[in-house]
Amino acid sequence: MGNKTPLYDLHVKMGAKVVDFGGWDMPLHYGSQLEEHHKVRKDCGMFDVSHMNVVDVKGEHVRDFFRLLLANDVAKLKTKGKAIYSCMLNSKGGVIDDLIVYYMDDQWFRVVMNAATRDKDMAWVNSAAKEFGGITVTPRNELAMIAVQGPNAKEKVYQALGEALRATAGSLKPFHAVMVGELFIATTGYTGEDGFEIILPAKAAPFTWQMLSEAGVSPIGLGARDTLRLEAGMNLYGSDMDETTTPLESGLAWTVALEPADRKFIGREVLDKQKAQGIPRLLVGFVLEGKGVLRNHQKVQCAGAGAGEITSGSFSPTLNQAVALARVPAAVKIGDRCTVDMRGKPATVRVVKYPFVRNGKSCL
Amino acid sequence: MSNIPKDLKYTKSHEWLKLNSDGTVTVGITHHAQDLMGDMVFVDLPPSGAKVTVGKECGVVESVKAASDIYAPVNGEVVEANSALPDSPETVNKDCYGAGWMFRMKPANPAELNGLLDAKAYEALVASEKH
Repeated sequence: MGNKTPLYDLHVKMGAKVVDFGGWDMPLHYGSQLEEHHKVRKDCGMFDVSHMNVVDVKGEHVRDFFRLLLANDVAKLKTKGKAIYSCMLNSKGGVIDDLIVYYMDDQWFRVVMNAATRDKDMAWVNSAAKEFGGITVTPRNELAMIAVQGPNAKEKVYQALGEALRATAGSLKPFHAVMVGELFIATTGYTGEDGFEIILPAKAAPFTWQMLSEAGVSPIGLGARDTLRLEAGMNLYGSDMDETTTPLESGLAWTVALEPADRKFIGREVLDKQKAQGIPRLLVGFVLEGKGVLRNHQKVQCAGAGAGEITSGSFSPTLNQAVALARVPAAVKIGDRCTVDMRGKPATVRVVKYPFVRNGKSCL
Repeated sequence: MSNIPKDLKYTKSHEWLKLNSDGTVTVGITHHAQDLMGDMVFVDLPPSGAKVTVGKECGVVESVKAASDIYAPVNGEVVEANSALPDSPETVNKDCYGAGWMFRMKPANPAELNGLLDAKAYEALVASEKH
């Protein structure tokens, strides 16, 4: 028996096939993963992401703490509610976790981290906070989180939870959050679609879920969450990057702030060195030219460049063909053809820039 | 709950077989198998005329989640593959014992069919895999 979110009973009632995910009993799908995927791309759907780790970090010098802890620079966060995506690195430049940090006020930042990495994340953050001094770290286990995503997501949220939200949350730019009473509403997500992520008291979650359901928002399982994020070209921790890879090798250079040069964040020395010597491996997109499905860990050969491996492979329901993220030698170029070992048979893939899909449309 | 028709034969690798009046057998994958795999997105079947060997892979089904070989349930020759399936693999999820059939074959030795599982034995196998 794993951990259960406050919405577990509702998932079972709605017909979910429940699987273990990082120690949590979570819905994989509620019937058809493909239908759920299309629903989010064409209309909207809701995800229970209450298993994710919401942590409030407070202190007089909390901004300086995060400037040390994270590879991205929270000095970019100038207006309250603004968020950034970042990796948290170990001293070797390897990724401990990826996260979103929200600037709430000058003494309060809210972080959302992955569920499966909870224990090591908390150990790392607590030990860094202790060393830094004057920082309190509070896991908010009494909170739940619901993501509502899709072109019609925002309208459905206003319909379900009140028109008043239009005035407060409707004007938020992407990657911003606002507190509305007990609701924390953010314009973040993991699907490449418009929508909100709502953090709320666990006791209010079942009622909120039911109100959304009555407004016609379909529940979406982790299966579709994975194909949606892959199409959107978003990394998955543990698959596309981990403690043995740097963000520069993981398609996440855009999330690493090497300027200003005097900001000493954890892992920086390795990244500076890697950048100076040339980054050996890259994350690229693959599109399979024939039939079949690309899978994690399949081996790749790229003529003249060397060997690589698929880090996230699946079937793209929007494109109706297999796509993947793969880590390959840096000499591989967009437009190249590589050969994937698919269950003992060679298959040709085209190297493409990702994302594969944004706002319901193919980017290829 | 798994749906296991009484009038079919089954393999331990989750194929079903139906004996036809002309002596051929129709082969597909069971309700339990398609449920475990989830939404099918790709089906590769043996061509008509292919000689297949019992217990050896002769086709592939892939879902969003996983790939799985289809094993020949008996020795023999394929006489027809379900040509509609490659373009609509979701039929395997919707109607695995009907329109989702995979191929029809002529057994080399019809006595081999006696070695397959009946519905009751297959039900016990499924139950034992669940926990």
